[in-house]
Amino acid sequence: MAVEKVLGIETEYGVTGGPGSDPVVASSIIVNAYAQGARARISWDFEGENPGLDARAQVGRTAFAPIVETHLANTVLTNGARLYVDHAHPEYSSPECRTPLEGLLYDVAGEEVMRRALRVANDSLRDVDAITLYKNNSDGKGNSYGCHENYLVRRDVPFDDVVRAMVAHLVSRQVILGAGKVGTETDDGLASGATYQLSQRAEFFEEVVGLETTMKRPIVNTRDEPHADAERFRRLHVIIGDANMSQVATLVKLGSTALLLALLEDEGVGAFPPLPHDPVRALRHYALDPDLRVVEPDEDGRTRTAWDYQDLLWTLAARYVARGGGVALGDDDAVAMVLDQWREMLDGVRDDPSRVADRVDWVAKRRLVEGYRERYALAPTHARLRAIDLQYHDLRPEKSLAARVGLREIADREGIREAVHKAPTTTRAYFRGECVARYPDAVTAANWDSLVFDLGHGPLQRVPMMDPLRGTAALTQDLLDKCQTADALLAALDG
Amino acid sequence: MAEQERIKRQRTERSTPATGEVTVDSSKGEQLKADLDELLDEIDEVLEENAEEFVRNFVQKGGQ
Repeated sequence: MAVEKVLGIETEYGVTGGPGSDPVVASSIIVNAYAQGARARISWDFEGENPGLDARAQVGRTAFAPIVETHLANTVLTNGARLYVDHAHPEYSSPECRTPLEGLLYDVAGEEVMRRALRVANDSLRDVDAITLYKNNSDGKGNSYGCHENYLVRRDVPFDDVVRAMVAHLVSRQVILGAGKVGTETDDGLASGATYQLSQRAEFFEEVVGLETTMKRPIVNTRDEPHADAERFRRLHVIIGDANMSQVATLVKLGSTALLLALLEDEGVGAFPPLPHDPVRALRHYALDPDLRVVEPDEDGRTRTAWDYQDLLWTLAARYVARGGGVALGDDDAVAMVLDQWREMLDGVRDDPSRVADRVDWVAKRRLVEGYRERYALAPTHARLRAIDLQYHDLRPEKSLAARVGLREIADREGIREAVHKAPTTTRAYFRGECVARYPDAVTAANWDSLVFDLGHGPLQRVPMMDPLRGTAALTQDLLDKCQTADALLAALDG
Repeated sequence: MAEQERIKRQRTERSTPATGEVTVDSSKGEQLKADLDELLDEIDEVLEENAEEFVRNFVQKGGQ
């Protein structure tokens, strides 16, 4: 049986401005502004974080363990999310969610968290030091930053099978999920002469499988850090995605990937199509072709477009669901919504992209860029077109172009407001978020898989949460309601 | 393709998506075009004033 697909998205936001235009300072101001505003200054606990562990038997020869920065602003929110400074970007890591729709809700809540932080921060800064935030993945000059997805996967699925099942999807899903980009910015990209790409991220990927996230980025990342019982679970860390402004795209990104993983767990890797012969080349070539005509050979010598791969994978997923699969993603309606939207986006980009301009980011952005270019007879990568590209992702309502192109909203607005403060009820994020909300003075540190309490007497006490599917409202709400203090809670947990 | 349509029909019969189906009619394309034209009319008010400087100064440190 496929394990329930606990999932979430972590997004590094592009940041400009701040005193001295220092991105680390600006990012810290953002995180601290929100933390002060929200009174949620719980520090993150690094015990149990070991990003250097590799899911493969041995670490690749070119692999280096990433640097973990422990001195930067870092906080846990009452919705169970983590808000912190990663490298030189503010990052929002959503809480653990149980369905793709919930994953979407908490990703959008993350945008709202950043927007609120921005307002609080800029209220205290001089106008010339005002900070701006962008939910994108590149600066157009060769620097990229990530939007990573995480999926709970059964540990007994061999990692090689995960790679075989995922590569074709991760290479081809950009045809409906890419956020679009004006121009290119790597040597290969520039040499191609392409003026518009499906994806923000594709041209930054250099390997098929690997441990890195900041250099030699791999299509399948092998970081083996389950933040859970490692005997039972993996956490597949997907680093290749674009940050989507389209809510439907975020839903389908989480839903399609989770469905294929559930299919892998339930029925094995045999049903999956052959990999592209050269996955990195395929990824990049597909990205450079908004007409979706480029074909790449697979391992068996057959050529396929990215669309062909997606069509095949959709059919696999739909048959699996028709057989009764997909329960790991939640109820029937939620799974149907993922499949229906996935299909409509695919048919739309093939038959008439304007039909899905309300759902596919690269199409929405391209229509804007092309419309503007034609109106003013501009060169295809003119600075004003690049500005449109950047401002598509601007978080400020008065500057955001994504907010103006008519993207469909499927997350309920009241639900988003609630998700900014309240954690999902069906994962351990509930227990984390509620403890931060109820006992803010006692929770001194937190991690995905534990909370540390300082009761003001005796040693610090760690409460492990090794199962992402426990710590739910159903399991802990009564207990929390009975315990007015952290002392009472810990006494009850001991008893 | 026949296989896809069969599967899609099956699913549609089994359950209705939580949000409304998007119906595609002929007027939608024209409406989209009109909306785009309208947005292009006003986009200069939203775009950063000096696009070249804005784009040039948008430099990020690499991340993950």
